Amino acid sequence: MSETAARAVTAPKPRRDLARAVVRFAGDSGDGMQLTGEQFTLESAVAGSDLATLPNFPAEIRAPAGTLFGVSSFQLQFGSQRVYTPGDRLDCLVAMNPAALKVHVDDLKPGGLLIVNTTAFDRRNLDKAGYAANPLDDPTLAERYRLHKVDMTALTLEAIQDLPLNTKEKDRTKNFFALGLVSWIYTRPLDPTLDWIKKKFAKNATIAEANVRVLKAGHAFGETAEIFSECYQLEPAEMAPGLYRAMTGNRALAWGLLAAAERSKVPIVYGAYPITPASGILEELAMHKRFRIRTIQAEDEIAAASAAIGASFGGAVGVTASSGPGIALKGEAIGLAVTAELPLVIFDIQRGGPSTGLPTKTEQADLMQALYGRNSEAPVVVLAPATPGDCFFIAYEAVRIATKYMVPVIVLSDGFLANGSEPWRIPDPSTLPPIEVHFRTDPAGFFPYLRDPATLGRPWVRPGTPGLEHRIGGIEKQDGTGDISYDPDNHDHMVRTRAEKVRRVAQEIPPTSINGPATGDLLVVGWGGTYGAITAAVERSQADGKAVASVHLRHLNPLPPDLGHILREYRRVLVPEINSGQLVRVLRAEYLVDAVGFNRVRGLPLATEDICDTINQLLEGH
Amino acid sequence: MSATGTGAAEAPRYTKKDFESDQDVRWCPGCGDYAVLSAVQKSMPDLGIPRENIVFISGIGCSSRFPYYMNTYGFHTIHGRAPAIATGLRVARPDLKVFVVTGDGDGLSIGGNHMLHVLRRNVNLTILLFNNRIYGLTKGQYSPTSEQGKITKSTPMGSADRPVNPIAFALGCGATFVARTVDRHIAHMEETIKRAAAHRGTGFVEILQNCNVYNDLAWNVLYDKEQRLAHEMKLEHGKPLVFGPVDARQALIMDGVKPVVAPAKETPPDRLWIHDESNLNAAKILADLFAPDYPVPVGVFAAVSAPVYEEIVLDQEQRAIADKGVGEIAKLLKSGDTWKIE
Repeated sequence: MSETAARAVTAPKPRRDLARAVVRFAGDSGDGMQLTGEQFTLESAVAGSDLATLPNFPAEIRAPAGTLFGVSSFQLQFGSQRVYTPGDRLDCLVAMNPAALKVHVDDLKPGGLLIVNTTAFDRRNLDKAGYAANPLDDPTLAERYRLHKVDMTALTLEAIQDLPLNTKEKDRTKNFFALGLVSWIYTRPLDPTLDWIKKKFAKNATIAEANVRVLKAGHAFGETAEIFSECYQLEPAEMAPGLYRAMTGNRALAWGLLAAAERSKVPIVYGAYPITPASGILEELAMHKRFRIRTIQAEDEIAAASAAIGASFGGAVGVTASSGPGIALKGEAIGLAVTAELPLVIFDIQRGGPSTGLPTKTEQADLMQALYGRNSEAPVVVLAPATPGDCFFIAYEAVRIATKYMVPVIVLSDGFLANGSEPWRIPDPSTLPPIEVHFRTDPAGFFPYLRDPATLGRPWVRPGTPGLEHRIGGIEKQDGTGDISYDPDNHDHMVRTRAEKVRRVAQEIPPTSINGPATGDLLVVGWGGTYGAITAAVERSQADGKAVASVHLRHLNPLPPDLGHILREYRRVLVPEINSGQLVRVLRAEYLVDAVGFNRVRGLPLATEDICDTINQLLEGH
Repeated sequence: MSATGTGAAEAPRYTKKDFESDQDVRWCPGCGDYAVLSAVQKSMPDLGIPRENIVFISGIGCSSRFPYYMNTYGFHTIHGRAPAIATGLRVARPDLKVFVVTGDGDGLSIGGNHMLHVLRRNVNLTILLFNNRIYGLTKGQYSPTSEQGKITKSTPMGSADRPVNPIAFALGCGATFVARTVDRHIAHMEETIKRAAAHRGTGFVEILQNCNVYNDLAWNVLYDKEQRLAHEMKLEHGKPLVFGPVDARQALIMDGVKPVVAPAKETPPDRLWIHDESNLNAAKILADLFAPDYPVPVGVFAAVSAPVYEEIVLDQEQRAIADKGVGEIAKLLKSGDTWKIE
């Protein structure tokens, strides 16, 4: 997509300059809202906006049409300045049916743009949404919001009435009417979507034609219909020069593994059992069989972890992934990797819990499970990506640490990072740190638990190496020889050695970057997918002249060696988390600081506004 | 990752001693596991595989201590998971010869799910399932193969569960090689292990094994001279299914869809059941037979050819590479929709 193409879309109506906007598409799960949102995201990215997205969909695959729990939505914030989050309150809501209106309208700012598909507001759908009377007839709705009632279904059918498609097929294109209309409102280029249609429906010219016509009809409707008095334009954001792509967290984790396999020249075996929201990684990797990666869809979570460990024993890098419930099942196997001192990478794509919980919603409540959720003393390295694109670097780093220290590494992603996307500056893979793996081949003086003095890692031996035949296992071993040992002092020594090995990973952690003054009234400490909300809130407070800074931890075990010192440079420490206070507990225990938590566990990302309010309260001494 | 094949051509000449590790064997005196260990060590030289290419994987239980005593690569893992760990190892390293050593509790109770899936996938490895019908390592609770009503420490009034039959289970899972042998029949055990090891796909061997401490003589029907003579039926491909003393030979034949025992002398030759290892339906009938009403079949129930899981995985990888070349991350990163910011 060229810059000229992006600029080619012009609107004759007056265009008002905007710095940022938050738009949400909401409809039935069968209305194609995710696709609409993804296309609008791509259009915005091509227009040079920075952005962040929040897909939100029901756990049910085909939830009954028209119901409140069947509503699916896609939200994004785009802007001409840095955009850290998908936004709190909406500037524009597109509601494709009454249920979508009912679920989402309270998130729309007063005076916000409300676009509804009136065709769907029939008695049946109103009943399903629990509306006694048609809310569109209530004058307060139009007083509160800039309401635009658009008969989208009728306009859609009219645009393609002569095409040989049945009514159902025709009706299914109406989401592109909404996309065309909103694209006009915000001056987004249609080219990316037109290209997508061309590719997607290459084998069905009629469907392609229908989608193109409906998209353009929506666009033209905005331009010509009297009801839309103005539209908006955004200057391209000032972003670092380079080649960009949209990146989701799950894809980034997968590609990070591919990069690690290529660089280390050690193949990866990925064992997984389907679970939301982690399945996308398995599906992504299965498409890339050319990249020294083999995937196993195992019979269960335990087998998935076990297969990965078997592969690591064989001299490949074993990787397994799941969400919280599956990580719980893998616990014993992770303990085996701890004591066998084999590399193992475990992705935990956190979701709402406990038990099945909220499978499609986000949460950060597996930190304690990652740190301590195994029998006995079983320390592992724990990393957490901050953004969808960061998942690429974290996955790569996890492989690097696991192979260098012969240790399991847990990566804590979450549902928000997994499915959310951001414009991502494509890195040059040759700039990634090397992953140097040495397999021991020399039989002279070999024992399986000899240790590297710097990392305490033991030798990695590929079976098939003559003269190095050896046995390892889950029973406690004598350090050095690896022989079974029940000696009390040896066990104490091994417990400490396994812990020390994990602690030494601290030497891999770069100095902590502080967003704001190096000393001040308040430090906000975050980890994982809350990076955007925290950064936006802290920058807003800084703009108000407050002495507030933030640090975002990507290493959760071990913690950065300079963190204790940093924490003491501020009067107060605030730890916002989507759990009931897990990192805050770790920081208080580790550093004896009086850190306080800000905790919301709603299955949704934290709101920037709520963090701002908490910052203000703390600074005012509440 | 290298191609399938265990380097048989360049294997040096070994003796049993080459496969004995320096570790003290720690099973109870008189345990049937000693005989199995000896038979496995004795069978190894005949496999013609370099020692460094052999791996023994086990779970938890008395039998699972096995890898420590083999001078090969070995991994003593967690309860029930050996088949899954071995599957990952085979996918990573199809050049290795992998054995899984397990027991009735490890393989059919806590690890029953993995046993099911390794068998249906037909992963190329050999499973030795030691069946002593008891939990030995935890000191004598009933196992999933214990007879119903078994009185043990955890079932003082007798166990309520019906036992699982390992042979029937394996065949039901779609196993491609299923055999039974006995810890006290040394020659038969060696021969069976070698055949299983040579099978392409999952070779499943149930070894009837004695726990002399907690379940002594559970398999006396095959230990006691007279009982064995009366009930043991050796399965031999292409030969009729007959058993019993020479002067009172019995034939196992089909009466309609029901197996029956008839005096061999009075059975017309065309009614004899000729054992055919490639007949999985016949194997499933044989699997359920046991004394006292029927003979106890020992030997190879079934041996059929089927696609091997990890070979398919490898083949897909090779086809993907042949089609588009080895993947390059730098190219992948720039693929699809991208845009430039100046």
